[in-house]
Amino acid sequence: MLGYRDSSIPFSYIADTPNQPVGYAHDLQLKVVEALKQKLEMPDLKIRYNLVTSQNRIPLVSNGTVDLECGSTTNNQERQQQVAFSVGFFQVGSRLLTAKDSGIQDFADLKGKKLVTTAGTTSERYIRQHEKELGIGEIISAKDHAESFLMLQSGRAAAFMMDDILLAGEKSKATDPDKWVIVGTAPIQEIYGCMLRKGDAEFKQVVDDAIKATYSSGEINQMYNKWFQQPIPPKNINLNFEMSDQLKDLIANPHDRDQ
Amino acid sequence: MNYSWNWGVLFQSTGIGDSTYLHWILAGLGWLLVIAIVAWSIAMLLGSILGIMRTLPSKTARTIGTAYVTIFRNVPLLIQLFIWFYVVPNFLPAPIKSWWMNDLGAHTSALISASIGLGLFTAARVCEQVRTGIEALPRGQINAGYAMGFSTAQLYRYVILPQSFRTILPPLSSELTNCVKNTSVASLVGVAEIISQMKTISEYTQNTIEIYTIVTVIFIVINICLIQGMNLLEKRLRVPGLIAGEK
Repeated sequence: MLGYRDSSIPFSYIADTPNQPVGYAHDLQLKVVEALKQKLEMPDLKIRYNLVTSQNRIPLVSNGTVDLECGSTTNNQERQQQVAFSVGFFQVGSRLLTAKDSGIQDFADLKGKKLVTTAGTTSERYIRQHEKELGIGEIISAKDHAESFLMLQSGRAAAFMMDDILLAGEKSKATDPDKWVIVGTAPIQEIYGCMLRKGDAEFKQVVDDAIKATYSSGEINQMYNKWFQQPIPPKNINLNFEMSDQLKDLIANPHDRDQ
Repeated sequence: MNYSWNWGVLFQSTGIGDSTYLHWILAGLGWLLVIAIVAWSIAMLLGSILGIMRTLPSKTARTIGTAYVTIFRNVPLLIQLFIWFYVVPNFLPAPIKSWWMNDLGAHTSALISASIGLGLFTAARVCEQVRTGIEALPRGQINAGYAMGFSTAQLYRYVILPQSFRTILPPLSSELTNCVKNTSVASLVGVAEIISQMKTISEYTQNTIEIYTIVTVIFIVINICLIQGMNLLEKRLRVPGLIAGEK
Protein backbone atom coordinates (compact mmCIF):
# COMPACT_ATOMS: atom_id res chain seq x y z
CA MET A 1 0.00 0.00 0.00
CA LEU A 2 1.58 3.25 -1.15
CA GLY A 3 0.68 6.61 0.33
CA TYR A 4 0.50 9.61 -1.99
CA ARG A 5 -0.43 13.29 -1.78
CA ASP A 6 -2.91 15.09 -4.01
CA SER A 7 -1.19 18.44 -4.33
CA SER A 8 2.42 18.30 -3.21
CA ILE A 9 3.76 19.60 -6.50
CA PRO A 10 6.18 18.36 -7.86
CA PHE A 11 6.78 15.62 -5.28
CA SER A 12 3.56 13.63 -5.31
CA TYR A 13 0.34 14.91 -6.79
CA ILE A 14 -2.58 14.18 -9.06
CA ALA A 15 -2.14 15.68 -12.51
CA ASP A 16 -4.53 14.33 -15.13
CA THR A 17 -5.68 10.88 -14.06
CA PRO A 18 -7.61 10.46 -10.81
CA ASN A 19 -5.99 8.11 -8.29
CA GLN A 20 -2.76 8.02 -10.28
CA PRO A 21 -0.13 10.12 -8.54
CA VAL A 22 2.87 11.50 -10.39
CA GLY A 23 5.95 13.37 -9.21
CA TYR A 24 9.57 13.22 -8.16
CA ALA A 25 8.92 11.43 -4.87
CA HIS A 26 6.44 9.13 -6.56
CA ASP A 27 9.07 8.10 -9.16
CA LEU A 28 11.38 7.17 -6.29
CA GLN A 29 8.53 5.26 -4.67
CA LEU A 30 8.12 3.23 -7.88
CA LYS A 31 11.86 2.46 -7.84
CA VAL A 32 11.35 0.98 -4.39
CA VAL A 33 8.46 -1.13 -5.69
CA GLU A 34 10.70 -2.45 -8.50
CA ALA A 35 13.35 -3.37 -5.96
CA LEU A 36 10.76 -5.11 -3.76
CA LYS A 37 9.51 -7.18 -6.70
CA GLN A 38 13.05 -8.43 -7.32
CA LYS A 39 13.82 -9.01 -3.70
CA LEU A 40 10.62 -10.96 -3.03
CA GLU A 41 10.70 -12.61 -6.48
CA MET A 42 7.12 -11.54 -7.00
CA PRO A 43 7.04 -9.88 -10.44
CA ASP A 44 3.29 -9.25 -10.22
CA LEU A 45 3.30 -7.75 -6.75
CA LYS A 46 0.14 -5.64 -6.60
CA ILE A 47 0.35 -2.08 -5.48
CA ARG A 48 -2.53 -0.05 -4.18
CA TYR A 49 -2.66 3.66 -3.56
CA ASN A 50 -3.96 5.46 -0.51
CA LEU A 51 -4.34 9.24 -0.52
CA VAL A 52 -2.87 10.82 2.61
CA THR A 53 -2.99 14.39 3.91
CA SER A 54 -0.52 16.24 6.08
CA GLN A 55 -2.79 15.52 9.06
CA ASN A 56 -3.31 11.81 8.67
CA ARG A 57 -0.11 10.63 6.98
CA ILE A 58 1.76 9.79 10.19
CA PRO A 59 -1.07 7.92 11.96
CA LEU A 60 -1.71 5.95 8.75
CA VAL A 61 1.92 4.88 8.45
CA SER A 62 2.32 4.11 12.14
CA ASN A 63 -0.84 1.96 12.27
CA GLY A 64 0.17 0.02 9.16
CA THR A 65 -2.54 1.18 6.71
CA VAL A 66 0.15 2.65 4.48
CA ASP A 67 3.44 0.82 3.98
CA LEU A 68 5.41 3.54 2.26
CA GLU A 69 4.67 7.24 1.93
CA CYS A 70 6.81 9.33 -0.39
CA GLY A 71 5.57 12.89 -0.67
CA SER A 72 6.85 16.01 0.98
CA THR A 73 7.31 14.83 4.55
CA THR A 74 10.05 16.47 6.57
CA ASN A 75 12.19 14.14 8.62
CA ASN A 76 12.29 15.52 12.18
CA GLN A 77 12.79 14.34 15.74
CA GLU A 78 9.12 14.41 16.76
CA ARG A 79 8.13 12.29 13.77
CA GLN A 80 10.94 9.82 14.36
CA GLN A 81 9.11 8.93 17.59
CA GLN A 82 6.25 7.57 15.50
CA VAL A 83 7.68 6.41 12.16
CA ALA A 84 10.94 5.54 10.41
CA PHE A 85 12.40 7.56 7.53
CA SER A 86 14.29 6.45 4.44
CA VAL A 87 17.43 8.23 3.34
CA GLY A 88 16.58 11.83 2.43
CA PHE A 89 15.70 12.65 -1.17
CA PHE A 90 15.27 16.40 -1.04
CA GLN A 91 16.40 19.31 1.05
CA VAL A 92 14.50 22.53 1.56
CA GLY A 93 15.35 25.77 3.30
CA SER A 94 12.91 28.37 4.59
CA ARG A 95 13.39 31.58 2.61
CA LEU A 96 11.47 34.68 1.68
CA LEU A 97 9.35 35.47 -1.34
CA THR A 98 9.04 39.20 -1.91
CA ALA A 99 8.51 41.76 -4.64
CA LYS A 100 11.68 42.54 -6.61
CA ASP A 101 11.48 46.22 -5.68
CA SER A 102 10.69 45.69 -1.96
CA GLY A 103 14.32 46.18 -0.88
CA ILE A 104 14.19 43.02 1.25
CA GLN A 105 17.35 40.98 0.79
CA ASP A 106 17.43 38.83 3.89
CA PHE A 107 15.73 38.15 7.23
CA ALA A 108 17.52 41.17 8.76
CA ASP A 109 15.57 43.48 6.43
CA LEU A 110 12.24 42.44 7.95
CA LYS A 111 12.55 44.96 10.78
CA GLY A 112 9.18 46.68 11.24
CA LYS A 113 7.71 44.90 8.20
CA LYS A 114 4.73 42.59 7.96
CA LEU A 115 5.53 38.97 7.21
CA VAL A 116 3.11 36.24 6.20
CA THR A 117 3.62 32.53 6.63
CA THR A 118 1.37 29.48 6.58
CA ALA A 119 -0.16 28.28 9.85
CA GLY A 120 1.11 25.02 11.31
CA THR A 121 4.41 24.93 9.39
CA THR A 122 7.97 24.77 10.71
CA SER A 123 8.54 28.21 9.18
CA GLU A 124 5.79 29.65 11.35
CA ARG A 125 7.27 28.02 14.40
CA TYR A 126 10.76 29.30 13.68
CA ILE A 127 9.74 32.86 12.92
CA ARG A 128 7.55 33.17 16.00
CA GLN A 129 10.48 32.01 18.10
CA HIS A 130 12.68 34.69 16.58
CA GLU A 131 10.09 37.43 16.14
CA LYS A 132 11.56 39.72 18.79
CA GLU A 133 15.23 39.50 17.88
CA LEU A 134 14.45 40.18 14.21
CA GLY A 135 12.17 43.07 15.17
CA ILE A 136 9.42 41.98 12.76
CA GLY A 137 6.44 44.33 12.71
CA GLU A 138 3.72 41.71 12.49
CA ILE A 139 3.47 38.02 11.65
CA ILE A 140 0.34 36.93 9.83
CA SER A 141 -0.50 33.22 9.75
CA ALA A 142 -2.50 32.35 6.67
CA LYS A 143 -4.27 29.04 6.46
CA ASP A 144 -2.63 27.72 3.30
CA HIS A 145 0.14 28.61 0.87
CA ALA A 146 -2.22 30.04 -1.72
CA GLU A 147 -3.71 32.40 0.87
CA SER A 148 -0.26 33.41 2.10
CA PHE A 149 0.73 34.32 -1.43
CA LEU A 150 -2.52 36.25 -1.85
CA MET A 151 -1.63 38.29 1.25
CA LEU A 152 1.72 39.08 -0.32
CA GLN A 153 0.22 39.96 -3.70
CA SER A 154 -2.46 42.19 -2.19
CA GLY A 155 0.19 44.07 -0.19
CA ARG A 156 -1.04 43.00 3.23
CA ALA A 157 2.42 41.52 3.84
CA ALA A 158 5.85 42.56 2.56
CA ALA A 159 7.28 39.05 2.44
CA PHE A 160 6.14 35.43 2.54
CA MET A 161 8.31 32.97 4.45
CA MET A 162 8.12 29.31 3.46
CA ASP A 163 10.12 26.35 2.17
CA ASP A 164 11.92 27.56 -0.96
CA ILE A 165 10.51 24.87 -3.24
CA LEU A 166 6.96 25.76 -2.22
CA LEU A 167 7.71 29.43 -2.83
CA ALA A 168 8.98 28.53 -6.30
CA GLY A 169 5.71 26.66 -6.87
CA GLU A 170 3.56 29.62 -5.80
CA LYS A 171 5.70 32.00 -7.83
CA SER A 172 5.35 29.92 -10.98
CA LYS A 173 1.57 30.01 -10.63
CA ALA A 174 1.45 33.81 -10.42
CA THR A 175 0.26 35.87 -13.37
CA ASP A 176 3.54 37.82 -13.33
CA PRO A 177 6.21 35.43 -11.98
CA ASP A 178 9.00 37.89 -12.87
CA LYS A 179 7.76 40.42 -10.35
CA TRP A 180 8.63 38.13 -7.44
CA VAL A 181 11.97 36.94 -6.15
CA ILE A 182 13.10 34.40 -3.55
CA VAL A 183 15.73 35.87 -1.21
CA GLY A 184 17.52 35.25 2.07
CA THR A 185 19.80 32.65 3.60
CA ALA A 186 17.73 29.82 4.96
CA PRO A 187 17.91 29.76 8.78
CA ILE A 188 16.49 26.26 8.88
CA GLN A 189 17.08 23.33 6.58
CA GLU A 190 14.80 20.35 6.36
CA ILE A 191 15.21 17.01 4.66
CA TYR A 192 12.32 15.18 3.00
CA GLY A 193 12.28 11.40 3.27
CA CYS A 194 9.93 8.52 2.59
CA MET A 195 8.06 7.32 5.68
CA LEU A 196 7.68 3.71 6.66
CA ARG A 197 6.68 1.93 9.86
CA LYS A 198 9.14 1.73 12.71
CA GLY A 199 11.05 -1.40 13.59
CA ASP A 200 11.03 -3.07 10.16
CA ALA A 201 14.76 -3.00 9.42
CA GLU A 202 14.52 -5.37 6.48
CA PHE A 203 11.96 -3.25 4.65
CA LYS A 204 13.90 -0.08 5.42
CA GLN A 205 17.00 -1.67 3.92
CA VAL A 206 15.19 -2.36 0.64
CA VAL A 207 13.79 1.18 0.52
CA ASP A 208 17.15 2.81 1.29
CA ASP A 209 19.04 0.63 -1.18
CA ALA A 210 16.59 1.37 -3.97
CA ILE A 211 16.87 5.12 -3.43
CA LYS A 212 20.64 5.01 -3.03
CA ALA A 213 20.92 3.03 -6.27
CA THR A 214 19.42 5.97 -8.19
CA TYR A 215 21.97 8.24 -6.50
CA SER A 216 25.02 6.15 -7.34
CA SER A 217 23.91 5.51 -10.92
CA GLY A 218 23.27 9.21 -11.49
CA GLU A 219 19.70 8.42 -12.52
CA ILE A 220 18.54 10.86 -9.85
CA ASN A 221 19.80 13.74 -11.98
CA GLN A 222 17.44 12.92 -14.83
CA MET A 223 14.60 12.52 -12.35
CA TYR A 224 15.42 15.86 -10.77
CA ASN A 225 15.68 17.54 -14.13
CA LYS A 226 12.35 16.07 -15.25
CA TRP A 227 10.41 17.47 -12.27
CA PHE A 228 12.25 20.64 -11.32
CA GLN A 229 13.66 22.08 -14.52
CA GLN A 230 11.20 21.04 -17.22
CA PRO A 231 7.55 21.91 -17.75
CA ILE A 232 5.46 19.51 -15.66
CA PRO A 233 1.80 18.49 -15.92
CA PRO A 234 -0.98 19.47 -15.58
CA LYS A 235 -0.36 23.08 -16.62
CA ASN A 236 3.12 22.72 -18.08
CA ILE A 237 4.61 25.06 -15.56
CA ASN A 238 8.39 25.04 -15.23
CA LEU A 239 9.56 25.46 -11.64
CA ASN A 240 13.09 26.42 -12.77
CA PHE A 241 14.49 25.22 -9.49
CA GLU A 242 18.16 24.41 -9.54
CA MET A 243 19.56 21.62 -7.43
CA SER A 244 20.93 23.18 -4.24
CA ASP A 245 24.42 22.46 -2.93
CA GLN A 246 22.85 20.88 0.14
CA LEU A 247 20.92 18.42 -2.00
CA LYS A 248 24.06 17.61 -4.00
CA ASP A 249 25.76 16.82 -0.69
CA LEU A 250 22.85 14.68 0.42
CA ILE A 251 22.97 12.68 -2.81
CA ALA A 252 26.72 12.22 -2.51
CA ASN A 253 26.41 11.12 1.15
CA PRO A 254 22.90 9.77 1.67
CA HIS A 255 21.68 9.56 5.27
CA ASP A 256 18.38 9.33 7.19
CA ARG A 257 19.09 11.90 9.93
CA ASP A 258 16.93 14.97 10.34
CA GLN A 259 19.82 17.37 9.61
CA MET B 1 0.21 -0.43 16.73
CA ASN B 2 3.57 1.22 16.59
CA TYR B 3 2.71 4.39 18.45
CA SER B 4 4.64 6.11 21.22
CA TRP B 5 2.24 7.70 23.67
CA ASN B 6 2.82 11.02 25.35
CA TRP B 7 -0.11 12.22 27.42
CA GLY B 8 1.91 15.04 28.93
CA VAL B 9 2.00 16.80 25.57
CA LEU B 10 0.01 19.80 26.83
CA PHE B 11 2.69 20.68 29.34
CA GLN B 12 5.50 20.73 26.81
CA SER B 13 6.98 24.06 25.89
CA THR B 14 6.02 25.38 22.45
CA GLY B 15 9.46 26.88 22.11
CA ILE B 16 7.90 30.33 21.70
CA GLY B 17 8.46 32.51 24.75
CA ASP B 18 7.68 30.46 27.85
CA SER B 19 4.28 29.23 26.71
CA THR B 20 3.23 25.59 26.74
CA TYR B 21 0.75 23.90 24.42
CA LEU B 22 -1.80 24.26 27.19
CA HIS B 23 -1.77 28.03 26.57
CA TRP B 24 -2.60 27.41 22.92
CA ILE B 25 -5.48 25.11 23.81
CA LEU B 26 -6.82 27.69 26.29
CA ALA B 27 -6.50 30.47 23.71
CA GLY B 28 -8.37 28.25 21.26
CA LEU B 29 -11.02 27.54 23.87
CA GLY B 30 -11.42 31.29 24.42
CA TRP B 31 -12.08 31.93 20.71
CA LEU B 32 -14.47 28.98 20.64
CA LEU B 33 -16.49 30.57 23.45
CA VAL B 34 -16.45 33.98 21.76
CA ILE B 35 -17.82 32.54 18.51
CA ALA B 36 -20.35 30.36 20.31
CA ILE B 37 -21.69 33.20 22.48
CA VAL B 38 -21.95 35.74 19.66
CA ALA B 39 -23.46 33.19 17.28
CA TRP B 40 -25.95 31.94 19.88
CA SER B 41 -27.07 35.47 20.71
CA ILE B 42 -27.69 36.22 17.03
CA ALA B 43 -29.44 32.87 16.62
CA MET B 44 -31.79 33.31 19.60
CA LEU B 45 -32.74 36.86 18.73
CA LEU B 46 -33.19 36.42 15.00
CA GLY B 47 -34.54 32.88 15.33
CA SER B 48 -37.27 33.99 17.75
CA ILE B 49 -38.31 36.89 15.55
CA LEU B 50 -38.44 34.71 12.44
CA GLY B 51 -40.19 31.89 14.28
CA ILE B 52 -42.91 34.28 15.42
CA MET B 53 -43.15 35.71 11.92
CA ARG B 54 -43.85 32.26 10.54
CA THR B 55 -46.95 31.96 12.73
CA LEU B 56 -48.36 35.49 12.32
CA PRO B 57 -51.60 36.10 10.44
CA SER B 58 -49.70 38.34 7.96
CA LYS B 59 -48.84 36.52 4.74
CA THR B 60 -45.77 38.70 4.01
CA ALA B 61 -44.27 37.94 7.42
CA ARG B 62 -44.82 34.22 6.92
CA THR B 63 -43.24 34.29 3.45
CA ILE B 64 -40.14 36.10 4.71
CA GLY B 65 -39.73 33.58 7.55
CA THR B 66 -40.20 30.61 5.23
CA ALA B 67 -37.76 31.98 2.65
CA TYR B 68 -35.10 32.57 5.30
CA VAL B 69 -35.39 29.06 6.68
CA THR B 70 -35.35 27.52 3.20
CA ILE B 71 -32.12 29.27 2.29
CA PHE B 72 -30.18 29.07 5.54
CA ARG B 73 -31.19 25.58 6.54
CA ASN B 74 -30.52 23.96 3.18
CA VAL B 75 -27.05 25.34 2.38
CA PRO B 76 -24.13 23.56 4.09
CA LEU B 77 -22.67 25.57 6.97
CA LEU B 78 -19.18 25.46 5.49
CA ILE B 79 -20.37 27.04 2.25
CA GLN B 80 -22.20 29.73 4.21
CA LEU B 81 -19.03 30.61 6.11
CA PHE B 82 -17.03 30.74 2.89
CA ILE B 83 -19.64 33.09 1.43
CA TRP B 84 -19.47 35.40 4.47
CA PHE B 85 -15.69 35.37 4.52
CA TYR B 86 -14.68 35.40 0.87
CA VAL B 87 -17.63 36.66 -1.15
CA VAL B 88 -19.65 39.16 0.87
CA PRO B 89 -16.74 41.53 1.73
CA ASN B 90 -16.21 42.12 -2.00
CA PHE B 91 -19.66 43.66 -2.27
CA LEU B 92 -19.25 46.08 0.62
CA PRO B 93 -19.04 49.82 -0.19
CA ALA B 94 -15.45 50.81 -1.02
CA PRO B 95 -14.48 52.57 2.26
CA ILE B 96 -15.88 49.76 4.44
CA LYS B 97 -14.29 47.18 2.20
CA SER B 98 -10.86 48.77 2.48
CA TRP B 99 -11.21 49.01 6.26
CA TRP B 100 -12.30 45.37 6.41
CA MET B 101 -9.49 44.11 4.16
CA ASN B 102 -6.61 46.27 5.37
CA ASP B 103 -7.11 47.77 8.82
CA LEU B 104 -8.88 44.88 10.43
CA GLY B 105 -6.53 41.99 11.12
CA ALA B 106 -7.07 38.84 9.09
CA HIS B 107 -7.95 36.99 12.25
CA THR B 108 -10.55 39.52 13.42
CA SER B 109 -12.32 39.58 10.07
CA ALA B 110 -12.39 35.78 10.03
CA LEU B 111 -13.75 35.76 13.58
CA ILE B 112 -16.55 38.19 12.73
CA SER B 113 -17.47 36.33 9.54
CA ALA B 114 -17.54 33.02 11.35
CA SER B 115 -19.67 34.31 14.25
CA ILE B 116 -22.20 35.95 11.96
CA GLY B 117 -22.28 32.98 9.60
CA LEU B 118 -22.82 30.47 12.37
CA GLY B 119 -25.39 32.76 14.05
CA LEU B 120 -27.48 33.11 10.90
CA PHE B 121 -27.29 29.39 10.20
CA THR B 122 -28.38 28.48 13.72
CA ALA B 123 -31.13 31.14 13.60
CA ALA B 124 -32.88 29.13 10.89
CA ARG B 125 -32.94 26.10 13.15
CA VAL B 126 -34.05 28.06 16.24
CA CYS B 127 -36.76 29.66 14.09
CA GLU B 128 -38.23 26.26 13.28
CA GLN B 129 -38.28 25.29 16.93
CA VAL B 130 -39.96 28.50 17.99
CA ARG B 131 -42.55 27.93 15.27
CA THR B 132 -43.28 24.34 16.38
CA GLY B 133 -43.44 25.53 19.99
CA ILE B 134 -46.11 28.05 19.06
CA GLU B 135 -48.02 25.66 16.82
CA ALA B 136 -48.05 23.01 19.53
CA LEU B 137 -50.34 25.18 21.64
CA PRO B 138 -54.04 24.34 21.40
CA ARG B 139 -55.75 26.54 18.83
CA GLY B 140 -58.43 27.30 21.43
CA GLN B 141 -56.02 29.38 23.51
CA ILE B 142 -55.44 31.77 20.63
CA ASN B 143 -59.14 32.08 19.94
CA ALA B 144 -59.78 32.60 23.61
CA GLY B 145 -57.15 35.32 23.70
CA TYR B 146 -58.75 37.18 20.82
CA ALA B 147 -62.16 36.72 22.42
CA MET B 148 -60.86 38.39 25.57
CA GLY B 149 -59.95 41.40 23.44
CA PHE B 150 -56.14 40.90 23.29
CA SER B 151 -54.34 42.40 20.31
CA THR B 152 -52.01 40.03 18.42
CA ALA B 153 -49.00 41.57 20.17
CA GLN B 154 -50.57 41.12 23.60
CA LEU B 155 -51.61 37.60 22.73
CA TYR B 156 -48.04 36.62 21.89
CA ARG B 157 -46.57 38.46 24.86
CA TYR B 158 -48.91 37.17 27.56
CA VAL B 159 -50.35 33.89 26.27
CA ILE B 160 -48.33 32.22 23.54
CA LEU B 161 -44.64 32.94 24.06
CA PRO B 162 -44.38 32.21 27.81
CA GLN B 163 -45.77 28.75 27.16
CA SER B 164 -44.07 27.94 23.87
CA PHE B 165 -40.57 28.91 25.06
CA ARG B 166 -41.00 26.54 27.99
CA THR B 167 -42.07 23.78 25.61
CA ILE B 168 -39.06 24.14 23.35
CA LEU B 169 -36.38 24.34 26.04
CA PRO B 170 -35.27 20.70 25.57
CA PRO B 171 -34.74 20.95 21.77
CA LEU B 172 -33.10 24.34 22.31
CA SER B 173 -30.49 22.70 24.55
CA SER B 174 -29.61 20.35 21.69
CA GLU B 175 -29.37 23.32 19.38
CA LEU B 176 -27.06 25.07 21.81
CA THR B 177 -24.71 22.09 21.94
CA ASN B 178 -24.83 21.92 18.13
CA CYS B 179 -23.88 25.58 18.00
CA VAL B 180 -20.84 24.92 20.19
CA LYS B 181 -19.76 21.96 18.09
CA ASN B 182 -20.28 23.84 14.84
CA THR B 183 -17.74 26.49 15.88
CA SER B 184 -15.13 23.98 14.72
CA VAL B 185 -15.99 24.94 11.14
CA ALA B 186 -14.54 28.40 11.86
CA SER B 187 -11.05 26.89 11.77
CA LEU B 188 -11.53 26.56 8.01
CA VAL B 189 -11.80 30.30 7.46
CA GLY B 190 -8.72 30.86 9.60
CA VAL B 191 -9.92 31.49 13.16
CA ALA B 192 -7.38 30.17 15.67
CA GLU B 193 -10.03 28.38 17.71
CA ILE B 194 -9.55 25.08 19.44
CA ILE B 195 -9.69 22.86 16.36
CA SER B 196 -7.09 24.86 14.50
CA GLN B 197 -4.86 24.86 17.60
CA MET B 198 -5.35 21.13 17.81
CA LYS B 199 -4.21 20.66 14.22
CA THR B 200 -1.14 22.85 14.76
CA ILE B 201 -0.15 21.08 17.96
CA SER B 202 -0.65 17.72 16.32
CA GLU B 203 1.56 18.87 13.42
CA TYR B 204 4.29 20.13 15.75
CA THR B 205 4.37 17.28 18.25
CA GLN B 206 2.99 14.35 16.24
CA ASN B 207 1.05 13.25 19.32
CA THR B 208 -2.09 13.26 17.20
CA ILE B 209 -4.18 10.75 19.11
CA GLU B 210 -3.51 12.35 22.49
CA ILE B 211 -4.33 15.88 21.42
CA TYR B 212 -7.49 14.86 19.53
CA THR B 213 -8.65 12.97 22.60
CA ILE B 214 -8.03 15.94 24.88
CA VAL B 215 -9.99 18.27 22.62
CA THR B 216 -12.83 15.75 22.37
CA VAL B 217 -13.02 15.62 26.16
CA ILE B 218 -13.08 19.44 26.31
CA PHE B 219 -16.07 19.52 23.94
CA ILE B 220 -17.89 16.87 25.97
CA VAL B 221 -17.29 18.77 29.21
CA ILE B 222 -18.50 22.09 27.77
CA ASN B 223 -21.64 20.50 26.39
CA ILE B 224 -22.43 18.56 29.56
CA CYS B 225 -22.16 21.81 31.53
CA LEU B 226 -24.48 23.55 29.05
CA ILE B 227 -27.04 20.75 29.19
CA GLN B 228 -26.96 20.74 32.99
CA GLY B 229 -27.52 24.49 32.95
CA MET B 230 -30.44 24.13 30.56
CA ASN B 231 -31.95 21.33 32.70
CA LEU B 232 -31.75 23.61 35.70
CA LEU B 233 -33.47 26.35 33.73
CA GLU B 234 -36.19 23.90 32.70
CA LYS B 235 -36.80 22.99 36.32
CA ARG B 236 -36.88 26.60 37.46
CA LEU B 237 -39.35 27.64 34.76
CA ARG B 238 -41.59 24.59 35.04
CA VAL B 239 -45.29 25.39 35.32
CA PRO B 240 -47.15 22.48 36.95
CA GLY B 241 -49.88 21.06 34.77
CA LEU B 242 -48.51 22.36 31.46
CA ILE B 243 -46.88 20.42 28.60
CA ALA B 244 -43.32 20.69 29.88
CA GLY B 245 -44.47 21.00 33.43
CA GLU B 246 -45.28 17.48 34.63
CA LYS B 247 -43.53 16.32 37.71
